[in-house]
Amino acid sequence: MTAQEIQAKEATAGKFKQDLSGRYNLDKIFAAAAWTATVVSVVVLAWLLLTILMDGLETLNFNFLNSFPSRKAEEAGIRAAFFGTLWVMMTVAAVSFPIGVGAAIYLEEFASDNWFTRLVEINIGNLAGVPSIIYGLLGLAVFVRVLEPLTGGRSVLSGGLTLALLILPVIIVATREALRAVPNSMRLAGFALGANKWQVVWHHVLPSAMPGVLTGVILALSRAIGETAPLLAIGAVAFIRSTPDSLQSAFTAMPIQIYNWVGRPQEEFHHIAASGIIVLMVMLLLMNTIAIYFRNRFQQTR
Amino acid sequence: MQDTRPTATADKAITDTALKAEKISVYYGSNLAVKDVFLDIPRNEIVAFIGPSGCGKSTVLRCFNRMNDLIPSARVDGNILFDGENIKRLDPVELRRRVGMVFQKPNPFPKSIYENIAFGARINGYQGDMDELVERSLKGAALWDEVKDKLQESGLGLSGGQQQRLCIARAIAIEPEVILMDEPCSALDPISTLKVEELMHDLKTQYTIVIVTHNMQQASRVSDKTAFFNAQATEAGGKMGYLVEYDATETIFSNPQEEYTRDYVSGRFG
Repeated sequence: MTAQEIQAKEATAGKFKQDLSGRYNLDKIFAAAAWTATVVSVVVLAWLLLTILMDGLETLNFNFLNSFPSRKAEEAGIRAAFFGTLWVMMTVAAVSFPIGVGAAIYLEEFASDNWFTRLVEINIGNLAGVPSIIYGLLGLAVFVRVLEPLTGGRSVLSGGLTLALLILPVIIVATREALRAVPNSMRLAGFALGANKWQVVWHHVLPSAMPGVLTGVILALSRAIGETAPLLAIGAVAFIRSTPDSLQSAFTAMPIQIYNWVGRPQEEFHHIAASGIIVLMVMLLLMNTIAIYFRNRFQQTR
Repeated sequence: MQDTRPTATADKAITDTALKAEKISVYYGSNLAVKDVFLDIPRNEIVAFIGPSGCGKSTVLRCFNRMNDLIPSARVDGNILFDGENIKRLDPVELRRRVGMVFQKPNPFPKSIYENIAFGARINGYQGDMDELVERSLKGAALWDEVKDKLQESGLGLSGGQQQRLCIARAIAIEPEVILMDEPCSALDPISTLKVEELMHDLKTQYTIVIVTHNMQQASRVSDKTAFFNAQATEAGGKMGYLVEYDATETIFSNPQEEYTRDYVSGRFG
């Protein structure tokens, strides 16, 4: 470099700001803001958990788990609601998984892009935002009333189908996202070997998308397990002194039982409501654990 | 059926032509991407497509196994004869078994090396010994010695060059007649590139190979014939590709007829 060139270089360098402290300060402020947001959400959650645990742990014992509802708080238990929820959720999973994933596969992999599919897409997006009570009213009209000979009225099946409808849009949207995340090069590789659409989807696209699909399905099921309004609308009652023995049995579910207990004036019922919430949360955690286990297994086999 | 393909009988006689493009034009929507390509791909030879970006060489390549069918807006005019038969009348699934393809970026399935090879054979109803086919295909792609002890491991665990040879092994496992290669070495380092080029040379005895490449040295090293494509600006502001010149590779690189070709191969543009 000649002296002239060096001089020219220094002249240009002078036009950039030499002091970096302003930029670093901004960096720190942003990090602090993000940290605060995280802490706030965690603290709120922890506080919630803590109050529930303090209220409910005392009354949470085997007797509570194994008893049916009762007018006396010390004799009342969650057994009917626990098994009711178990039955309903199994129905929901069995119905919503194949239908939701199937619809998503059709829309994402098979359907051509025309006004009809776009209309269906917009509708699914809107349905995901419909208040759950509306689904309850739909379930009441269709499953409880019209299809009573099949469902047995206010039964496990009616409740399960209603909640399945409720989470279908969520499952479809999540599954489509997961399918879209599969690189197109994989589809092309399959087609180039003479595979047809079904073979490409079944052997390559779906296995790759499975972790994402399962995450979406489990999130949707977690939403369904806590839903109270639609079950109230179809008329599931809290006071049931038996566990379901078929899809057509009358049932109660944990959110309904909890709602019922919280609404009573006696302090004791509020404690067992908290115990019920703990059971519900443990169930939810268990479901998520299973989902994570499956997701990891699918990721390993890739 | 028979009377609707007047050229079929005439071309059946010329058995040394594997693929014949007759006035191929490709549209994306209303955009004309490639115009009026006439091209004969001779059997058991390597044909290279060269040309600047956007000149439609990959687009033409994808016509040969009807991969453009998968793009909803794409339309192909003109005819391609494969062994004298119009590919529009062939089932695309059957056509793609007989005309294999290797892509620009190595894209093995996220499965074991063994499954990568076995998949194509299985879906096409292969009846023979699968272990033997996997071994033969991997040997054919000069990959066997490197992977024979880890056939059950994921194909994604291989290096880029190995992955690309796995894709070639996967393509030859279903015993195609033609292999289309869309810039197969552009994502590879020079040593892997050399291996793939050597491999192409070996494959030539059994297969017809069409390769798209941006690398002119590669075209001159591996191919018997070279097609030079160029792009011209259209009135709509887009680009339209066309075939400038198609001849023996030696002629294209040493004594081209067109000035465009001479400028391009001497590195004056593109």
